[in-house]
Amino acid sequence: MRVAFVNTLLETAKKNKSIMLLTGDLGFSVFEKYIEELPKRYLNMGVAEQNMTGVAAGMAMEGRIPVIYSIVPFATMRNFEQIRNDICYQNLNVKIVGVGAGFSYGPYGHTHHGLEDIGILRTLANLTILCPGDPIETTLATEAMLDYIGPVYLRLGRAGEPNIHKTIPSFKIGKGILIEDGKDVTIIGTSTFLQRAWEVTNSLKEEGLSVRLISMHTIKPLDTQIILESTRKTTALFTLEEHSVIGGLGSAVAEVLTENRVNVIFKRIGVPDRFTKAIGNQEYMRKVNGLSAQQITETILKSLGRRK
Amino acid sequence: MLNSKELESLKKLAKVAREDIIRMSLHAKSAHMGGSLSCVEILVALYFKIMNIFPKEPENQERDRLIFSKAHDAKALYATLAERGFFGRKILEGYELDGGRLPGHTTRHCVPGVEVSAGALGHGLSMAAGMAYVGKQDNRKFRVFTILSDGECDEGSTWEAILFAGHHGLDNLVAIVDYNKLQGFGFTKDVLDLEPFAAKWLSFGWEVKEINGHNFKEIVGILSKLPLKIGKPSVIIAHTIKGLGGVPIYMNKVSSQYRPPSEKEAKEAIKKLKKG
Repeated sequence: MRVAFVNTLLETAKKNKSIMLLTGDLGFSVFEKYIEELPKRYLNMGVAEQNMTGVAAGMAMEGRIPVIYSIVPFATMRNFEQIRNDICYQNLNVKIVGVGAGFSYGPYGHTHHGLEDIGILRTLANLTILCPGDPIETTLATEAMLDYIGPVYLRLGRAGEPNIHKTIPSFKIGKGILIEDGKDVTIIGTSTFLQRAWEVTNSLKEEGLSVRLISMHTIKPLDTQIILESTRKTTALFTLEEHSVIGGLGSAVAEVLTENRVNVIFKRIGVPDRFTKAIGNQEYMRKVNGLSAQQITETILKSLGRRK
Repeated sequence: MLNSKELESLKKLAKVAREDIIRMSLHAKSAHMGGSLSCVEILVALYFKIMNIFPKEPENQERDRLIFSKAHDAKALYATLAERGFFGRKILEGYELDGGRLPGHTTRHCVPGVEVSAGALGHGLSMAAGMAYVGKQDNRKFRVFTILSDGECDEGSTWEAILFAGHHGLDNLVAIVDYNKLQGFGFTKDVLDLEPFAAKWLSFGWEVKEINGHNFKEIVGILSKLPLKIGKPSVIIAHTIKGLGGVPIYMNKVSSQYRPPSEKEAKEAIKKLKKG
């Protein structure tokens, strides 16, 4: 996803001279080409994320389109007040890019995990939240972000995520993408868990279920229409995210369901509300948290009453 | 420099601003009278003598920008902007009141001339630095001024911004610290000592001058010589007195941050201002 992001950023920045990349001292083996081609449109701000965010706000007031970049917690939590006051309160055209969604930085420990970002950022007025699910969506989301005027948070995985889309889908901020239609179960995946959603969809199909798969690449504004449509087309709905079960996609969908008095089988599948006392790579950390494809499939089958 | 006529005129303007601050504090029963009073001369000097501004075209791209980082003392900014003709004085009467246009801490463009939303401490210098960076990169002539409180120099983010501006040699950036030596709940020297304050800025790559922040000759004198050094951001450490020209019993006391004047205290303070 990082590669798709930086390539799209570079291509767009070549055309739009207002774009300015600011990094919190990260980007080794990611930004070199950008720096070489657009040295004056790049700034390493040092390990000073609060200042980076405030400076970006100041630049935006002077007409620049700053893109600030760091690992999810440092791009969204260390500088949360600057995002709230300087960017969102003033509704400025700053783009916040967090790399390392979920357990992307698995063995680094919880300081580097991105598990609460959507939850906290979803509370901020004026902020659009984009969570592309594969490199194809990342390219489209980056284009859409740079085209849109206003504050945007772009949540990225790290590297090596496979493409889930077979063709280039139509991408619109605030519109979920229907990848497959089905009659029994709806699976809504986001960000790094689009891949998992796709794997789980295939497993459920092997169990004889007809599955509707949606990529929810925008968490805010949320596509309520596609959610409600899913509750009419299928009788069960599951959200999959590499994020705390509190505050993220699952919570957002739950809000839509309860406020519309929809009666479906529903479960939020994500990282349980705890700090994990385990060390391991991304897939290991997922498994420890009940989030392997097989574990999630079992969880869903249990919710459907197909397993004890 | 200032001739005596100009000096008298600035002193008169400062008196009017002080009166406005006292009235706003009284009507809204509002806190932060002391810190508003301590930066009056700085603001009056900037808006009436130093800054290149366009009160009738507040968005003019050539204007010097003022980022009022110590936004809790917004009364002082509002009073100065109204006097300078950015908006009608009647608006001051709605300060912090239901349906009014002037919040206790500034909101960007709440009235013409207010550049940023601020109020959480330690944000202003970064925004000012971002503006100054663009100004320098684009060879623009405008300067960016920012007024900081001493209390907000406790914030780590302020020092991140100081490091950044020094590193990039933003000589179109001017920070003025309203060093009234009192913060929220005590004297700065007792709470979190900033000293040696000037040396800290200097070691971060800034050019520093210390002045009496109530003396127009000193303020205008130094702000007429910007940048203090080519290739470096400038900081003016303005030694001031919290609550000066307000209610005597709160002057240079923690209470000046919290106590609005009573009707009687306000009356007496304004009477004294008019006399003196």
